[in-house]
Amino acid sequence: MRTCLAVFLTVASVRAAGSEVILLRGATVHTVSGADIADGAVLMRDGKIAEVGTHIALPKGARVIELKGLHIYPGMIDSATEIGLTEIEAVREMSDISDIGLFKPQLRAATAVNPASEHIPVTRANGITSVITSPGGGIVAGQSVLMHLNGWTMEEMAIRAPAAMRLEFPRIRMPGRFGGAETPGRAGSSAYTDAKKKYEQQLSELNDFMESARRYRQAKAAAGPDFETDLKLEAMIPVLDGKLPMLIRAEKEKTIKEAIAWSDKQQVHMILERGAEAWKVAPELKAHNIPVVLPPTLRLPEEEDDPYDKPFSMPGELWKAGVKIAFASFGPGAEDNPRNLPYEAAAAVGFGLPKEEALKAVTLYPAQIWGVGDELGSIDKGKWADLIVTDGDPLETRTQIKQVFIKGAAVDLENKHHRLYEKYLIR
Amino acid sequence: MKRCIVFLCALLPTTLLAAGDTTVIRNATVLTVTKGTFQGSILIRDGKIVEAGEKVLVPDGARVIDAGGQYVMPGIIDCHSHIAADSINEGAVAVSSMVGIEDVLNPDDPDIYRALAGGVTTANILHGSANPIGGKCQVIKTRWGKDAQGLIFEGAMPGIKFALGENVKRSGSPGGGFGASPGLRYPASRMGVEDVIREAFTEARAYQKEWRDYQAKLDRHEQAVPPRRDLKLEPLVEVLEGKRYVHAHCYRADEIMMLLHVADDFGFKIRTLQHVLEGYKVADEIAARGTGASTFSDWWAYKAEAFDAIPYNTALMVRKGVLVSVNSDSAELMRHLNTEAAKAMKYGGLNETEALSLVTINPAKQLGIEKQVGSIEPGKDADLTIYDQHPLSNYAKVTKVFIDGQLYFDRDKDLEERPGKEARKKALLDKLKAQDKKERKKPDAANDKDDKKGEEPGGGE
Repeated sequence: MRTCLAVFLTVASVRAAGSEVILLRGATVHTVSGADIADGAVLMRDGKIAEVGTHIALPKGARVIELKGLHIYPGMIDSATEIGLTEIEAVREMSDISDIGLFKPQLRAATAVNPASEHIPVTRANGITSVITSPGGGIVAGQSVLMHLNGWTMEEMAIRAPAAMRLEFPRIRMPGRFGGAETPGRAGSSAYTDAKKKYEQQLSELNDFMESARRYRQAKAAAGPDFETDLKLEAMIPVLDGKLPMLIRAEKEKTIKEAIAWSDKQQVHMILERGAEAWKVAPELKAHNIPVVLPPTLRLPEEEDDPYDKPFSMPGELWKAGVKIAFASFGPGAEDNPRNLPYEAAAAVGFGLPKEEALKAVTLYPAQIWGVGDELGSIDKGKWADLIVTDGDPLETRTQIKQVFIKGAAVDLENKHHRLYEKYLIR
Repeated sequence: MKRCIVFLCALLPTTLLAAGDTTVIRNATVLTVTKGTFQGSILIRDGKIVEAGEKVLVPDGARVIDAGGQYVMPGIIDCHSHIAADSINEGAVAVSSMVGIEDVLNPDDPDIYRALAGGVTTANILHGSANPIGGKCQVIKTRWGKDAQGLIFEGAMPGIKFALGENVKRSGSPGGGFGASPGLRYPASRMGVEDVIREAFTEARAYQKEWRDYQAKLDRHEQAVPPRRDLKLEPLVEVLEGKRYVHAHCYRADEIMMLLHVADDFGFKIRTLQHVLEGYKVADEIAARGTGASTFSDWWAYKAEAFDAIPYNTALMVRKGVLVSVNSDSAELMRHLNTEAAKAMKYGGLNETEALSLVTINPAKQLGIEKQVGSIEPGKDADLTIYDQHPLSNYAKVTKVFIDGQLYFDRDKDLEERPGKEARKKALLDKLKAQDKKERKKPDAANDKDDKKGEEPGGGE
């Protein structure tokens, strides 16, 4: 009865990949990994980048797209979204982000993403070609997926399913207007004591859960064919084996420090998510080689007396400390549109982050963080041909995205918003 | 001789230039918004812009700020904000026109400084959207450091918040709703929303008539008893008489049309439709009434009524002749309204001046303060924001902000003061820690204090 339940989707499907051979030429190619190539060319075949350079011989039957005066960049990667899991934030029936319970490692975002979501064409129209979509809620929330923003099915979209196991690190949560602020209230108040007790209990439950998973793995390795499968604990094996990173959400200095110590002890590969106060912990993050999925740059400071520009300067501070960073939108939501990902990156540039680094933090760095540094995130031979054609710097709002290619296929830039625009423009 | 003074002044640290009668900002790219863009200077005297041009003579004794390589634009105006207020919603009643933001202004809200550092100099502080007719608004300037009275924008037209759609209905549904609403509160549908507004203005008309009759009697020298003042209806009478602007929160095209019809029937104007995310569907109808629209640049899909919201809304309404502004409704978004405006260039192709107008002269017109602010023109308040790069660029950063000719934000100064503030904070925390330690050593200390408190008349909070 030993069933293999390690549910990794087979990802290598090339059905959605472009069947056409396409040569883009005449544009400035911003490889991101190396120098820009003026009057450059990119050849795409079987969904991958077949060649990059200045003069590429035109293969037989290839389609040529002349892009004089335009720019080619790698498609951008949003490292934290709920795209596909929610259509309208406030409508309960349209949300599949979170489920009941505290430990749900067996839940997979990949199975609940709606490939027909309106958010997908809206987002990719601004040059975002792949995203992390994560489940939320509880402590171990479930498995995140890294996916291309194109495809009829998840099999065609998935790049890594799962890409990470998401953990919302226990913290002291005071009852607040919107379900609990992270800041502890006055020490000694009964609400605080209760919140602290709850947090301590959750921490201990988390440790117990990890211990159970570890014993389960041991038992399984030693057991015979009638070993009974436990779906929750089974799902933790890739994490314990060091094959699946843990995406750990922690905002405050204290929580981040605890999460670092915890992942050290548990020997899990940690990626810090949000970390609004990561700037206070930069040396520790660097020392432990923990990358950071940044909170939105365009947000308010954590504390009343934090400098007004702390959210803007944090990416640069982390970069200077040698921490690997990736920008993320945390959308869709009212203020958090995944299509605005490039502007989260741009907002950090005036405050200490070099422009080139900002661009890398929406392309190459996220690819590296998600373990696909040799498949995505720059314009290099052999990588997925996720490319965008622009009339300028993609981190600038005024720049227009002219064309998008995902897995070597030209993607339709039409979307709900543009359709409505055209419809009512001629009213 | 003059030159020499200019040169010396330019060497003075900017902190010394904070106050004063005459200031010249020079060498800047000046984006006037209404009178073109040029390389030049702005002369400020007694809080007003005296001159702006390519060549401006620097008067003797003037403070000179060299803005070489930088960009000056009018201070940003946010037509929809909730900063600087202690409370926002009075949701227990469907008509809360008796309350007003002026009474709850909080000058210590750090969001004022943050908005200022984002180039905002004027904001329309609105009541929330819990009820069809909400409370009175207050236009403020972000004069950080002044008291509540000092924030008020003198001479701005009074306003009032209306709201339609989902937020309003929520209080009529079990489990939903803003503020304290233990029971269900009418209305629970868009039909009910219309009814509440019609009922209120029917009452207001009757109340207006009572006062007119009373006045007529006085005019005829007859004996008359004045009607009882009604603080709920008074602001609505002001709306009927065009003395108070209506800023109406709305989303869907149908509810927009509903409100326009109600206003038509009662003979008043909706000054601005706020959010108005489906305004693009009925832009002609909005434009025909001279009603303004103040919208988000690109929010969508966060609730059902925002599912047809499009980022082209702004540009489409502009093209159809609506006076449009882009607002924040958020203390965060408020910090970068310049790039929010740039989105209307990307989505719908507005030009630079049209884009900048969305956050300057257009909201000024919508708030009835366009004679004082909203552009760089002689005679207007010297409310100016200086950026290190073109304000429509995502890389632009605010370096200085002037309100009434006074330097209210200076990035260099802010950076300079940080170490000192940190040190002061640390000293206070250390002091507190030491005190805590001392008190922990004397376990009875807390009880003693309580006893003493009890002795005082009215003691014990």
